[in-house]
Amino acid sequence: MDEVKVIEIKKSVFAANDQDADALRKELKNKGVYLLNLMSSPGSGKTTTLIRTINLLKDRLRVAVMEADIDSDVDARRIQAATGIPSIQLHTGGMCHLDAEMTRQGLDNLPLEDFDLVVLENVGNLVCPAEFDTGAVRNAMILSVPEGDDKPLKYPLMFSVCNVVVVNKTDVMPYFDFDLDRCREHVRMRNPRARVIPICAKTGEGVDAFADWLLEEVKTWKQH
Amino acid sequence: MHELGIVFYIIRDVKQAAGENGVSHVDAVVMDIGEVSTIVPEYLTDCWRWAADKEELLRGCELKINTIPAVTHCDDCGGEYETVRYGKTCPCCGGEHTWLLRGNEIEIKEIQVNN
Repeated sequence: MDEVKVIEIKKSVFAANDQDADALRKELKNKGVYLLNLMSSPGSGKTTTLIRTINLLKDRLRVAVMEADIDSDVDARRIQAATGIPSIQLHTGGMCHLDAEMTRQGLDNLPLEDFDLVVLENVGNLVCPAEFDTGAVRNAMILSVPEGDDKPLKYPLMFSVCNVVVVNKTDVMPYFDFDLDRCREHVRMRNPRARVIPICAKTGEGVDAFADWLLEEVKTWKQH
Repeated sequence: MHELGIVFYIIRDVKQAAGENGVSHVDAVVMDIGEVSTIVPEYLTDCWRWAADKEELLRGCELKINTIPAVTHCDDCGGEYETVRYGKTCPCCGGEHTWLLRGNEIEIKEIQVNN
């Protein structure tokens, strides 16, 4: 009878991606390019928030956007039309997230030396993108008011990997049972270090706080 | 969708390990999957069958799953409890300063080959 041989591997399936991500971050550091990975549910207002934020930053920073969606290029075209900055569209071909290799392939389409800040708008999904390190310097996520202040309890991993949680659509707060203090507490339980920034992308209220945070981040990244 | 992406990662790592060990066919891949890893085991094995059979090295190769029970540690009372049953709040002291001790794994444990 044939003998079964066992080869021990004992390796997380994310290990290879984590290595790719670290290599990409190092390369971005050398080139002085800051990559932000922006995540959220579909319909939370990522694109509207980005347009507002970029319009506040584009005179001070050279910005580009990479849109990742399963299909279509409506977001990339909308960003370009509303801000005038370069925007490229990535298609994940049915996959629910971007990994470091896909991010790198996307970045290869940009002349990186010409930019200080590249924002990666990840696929609208609170589960898978949280598991795959894209190689970004920081992770941010947008939680919109209609989704509820208990979202951090339901998607703990997403909130634990984010440096910033932007709470969007604050203008409709009176119509929903959304308590900002409770939301802050729920975020804190998952991630004590995460910063919560309430905004209304539609009116522009609070967006300057997010833009200021990003500006400081990029400056610090480029200094060392 | 999520499980399919994971399967591609498993295949990549298994191919590499097989290459390093001069293996021409893998009979089984054993995974350690945590109870709260967000993996649905049936989806993972379905995606595996579809993708693995496209590879010479992995045709007919079985994906075996060991489930790792999830355990949470409570900083308030120092106790440990079943995560899936009690969630984030400690059943012993009601504390909320808790963190996942294990149960989040998505790991390739070993591969089995016929000599």
